[in-house]
Amino acid sequence: MAGFLVRRLLGYTVLVVVAASLSYLLAAVALDPRSNYADRTPKPPPAVVDAQLAALNLNDKVPLLQRYATWAGGVVRGDFGRTITGSPVGDDLRRRMGVTFRLVILGVFFGSLIGVLAGALAAVRQYRWFDRLSTGLSFVVLAVPVVVVANMLILLASWANERVFGHQVLLVSGEYTDGLTAGFWGQAIDRVQHLVLPTVSLSIGLAAVFSRYQRNMMLDVLGADYVRTAVAKGLSRRKALLRHALRTALIPVATYFAFTFGALLTGATFTEKIFGWHGLGEQLINSIFSNDVNTVAAISLLAGVAVLCASLAADLLHAALDPRVRSA
Amino acid sequence: MTLSQEELAEELSDGATTRVHSRLRVVAGRFFRSPQGIAGFAVLAAMFLLAFAGPLVTRWSYTDKDFTAFLQPPSPDHWFGTLQTGADVFALTLRGMQKSLVVGLLAALVSTALAALVGAFAGYFLGWTDRVLSWTTDLLLVLPAFLVLAIMSPLFGAGQWALFVVMLALFLWMVTSKVVRGMTISLKEREFIQAARYMGVPPVRIVFRHVLPNLSSLLVVDATLNVSAAILTETSLSYFGFGIQPPDVSFGTLIADGSRTATYAPWTFWFVAGLLVVTVLAVNLVGDALRDAFDPAAKRAR
Repeated sequence: MAGFLVRRLLGYTVLVVVAASLSYLLAAVALDPRSNYADRTPKPPPAVVDAQLAALNLNDKVPLLQRYATWAGGVVRGDFGRTITGSPVGDDLRRRMGVTFRLVILGVFFGSLIGVLAGALAAVRQYRWFDRLSTGLSFVVLAVPVVVVANMLILLASWANERVFGHQVLLVSGEYTDGLTAGFWGQAIDRVQHLVLPTVSLSIGLAAVFSRYQRNMMLDVLGADYVRTAVAKGLSRRKALLRHALRTALIPVATYFAFTFGALLTGATFTEKIFGWHGLGEQLINSIFSNDVNTVAAISLLAGVAVLCASLAADLLHAALDPRVRSA
Repeated sequence: MTLSQEELAEELSDGATTRVHSRLRVVAGRFFRSPQGIAGFAVLAAMFLLAFAGPLVTRWSYTDKDFTAFLQPPSPDHWFGTLQTGADVFALTLRGMQKSLVVGLLAALVSTALAALVGAFAGYFLGWTDRVLSWTTDLLLVLPAFLVLAIMSPLFGAGQWALFVVMLALFLWMVTSKVVRGMTISLKEREFIQAARYMGVPPVRIVFRHVLPNLSSLLVVDATLNVSAAILTETSLSYFGFGIQPPDVSFGTLIADGSRTATYAPWTFWFVAGLLVVTVLAVNLVGDALRDAFDPAAKRAR
């Protein structure tokens, strides 16, 4: 098991290094930091622009490979370079990672929990009203892009604030209210008010996907001999379903769970941008628009590492649920 | 010639064409017997008709601006209302739907074809071919697709949407290709492929004649699922301005613009969003019905 994990880790590390290098080279070739200076008034003299770009390791007159070597050397020492405004990329990203983690952990947790429960229940009561309802709902949700879900939620929330609550209960923009002085509890409630809508918009789609997977997996398992044997041995139906059927049916879903988590670290872009959360995904878009090569490269490196961690977590979850993997 | 040999010869001589035909007919029959298959197909056909025949019945084109009606609600003159610029929402929506449908279909076709080729070649030849192809697949999985598409978006300018389709397809095929590779490895051990190999059929021809046709059910279903994935990805990318570039429009750019005015001018958002949801829903229903129709083990129809 340990040897298998080490081999996996090595393979994925090489992949991440290659992917991050490719992203850096692509960003360095395609993005043009020099254009940021072209619109300024008064126009800075070319020598000053060159000096500034060179200091940030963004000067396109320096050969590409030399810039890449400087960048890679910094990354190995844990230095991701500087943004176009001159502040270190690492500090900014660390703060944003916290924001994204809060959103993604809650979203994935609620989404997968609801999805797994709904899928398992739908499979147990196949073709009854709950199964039909959840199947129908998940088909509709799967057809709606996150962009539309988020915008619908905003419209719904502003309607509910006006008509149902009478005051601002669900807040649609940002992580917290600036300059709020309401003590610890007041601030905590304020954060929760901001958190509700982004979490819901992230969870809905995930719940739909997970419920489909879980239902199909569970249906395959329900007819299996060992579940019937467990009931015949005298286990209650509920216990047989929970201990034997659900556990087996969770194995493929666990793999999917880990990958979703990894992919969402930058994939929650739409939710973040629409709800005005200053997370990693939002920064990725902003940095592409502002030709910020170093930030783009750092975020794609992070995304690669997230996928790596996710695939390792998938292997571990697999081992925890499936005894055959542990013994092999 | 013994009786069984005779039967075999009969099967080989004229059985082939009729059998292929009958399989198609069986699948089509099953597909059109399922209510969701009919519903999905009908809605999808209606959408295509609306997108491509609709512009003929309205007198506005998507580039027209009506300077007598800014941000007007739906009326007999402007069926879906107008935007702040005076553009007709109905004409814009149809134009966006044309682009989204064409981009979605083509991207799905290209990505499924890519998945089939890469997966089948990797699985059939194994060895170095497999190592190189699998490694490329993994690399594309790790590479942030959004980043690459976003960086390349300036290249998708006027008339370059074909490049956009190719790039979109490039990031959709990896998982299917892994599945195809696994299935090819097990297919390779089957008798009919071994027979073909011992008869001296060139390997590339075996892949195209024997391996890929046997994966057709998986590939057809994958293609339909990719259509909805491609339409949704295109919408999301265009929302941030990384997809179809103005003056051309797609569902994504329309939804992005509409969501800003949705609170006080709901017609700019709800028509487009509604049509998008119905289209993708129809594609998903067709995919689901096809999966059941191709699956010989699926007895319990919904």
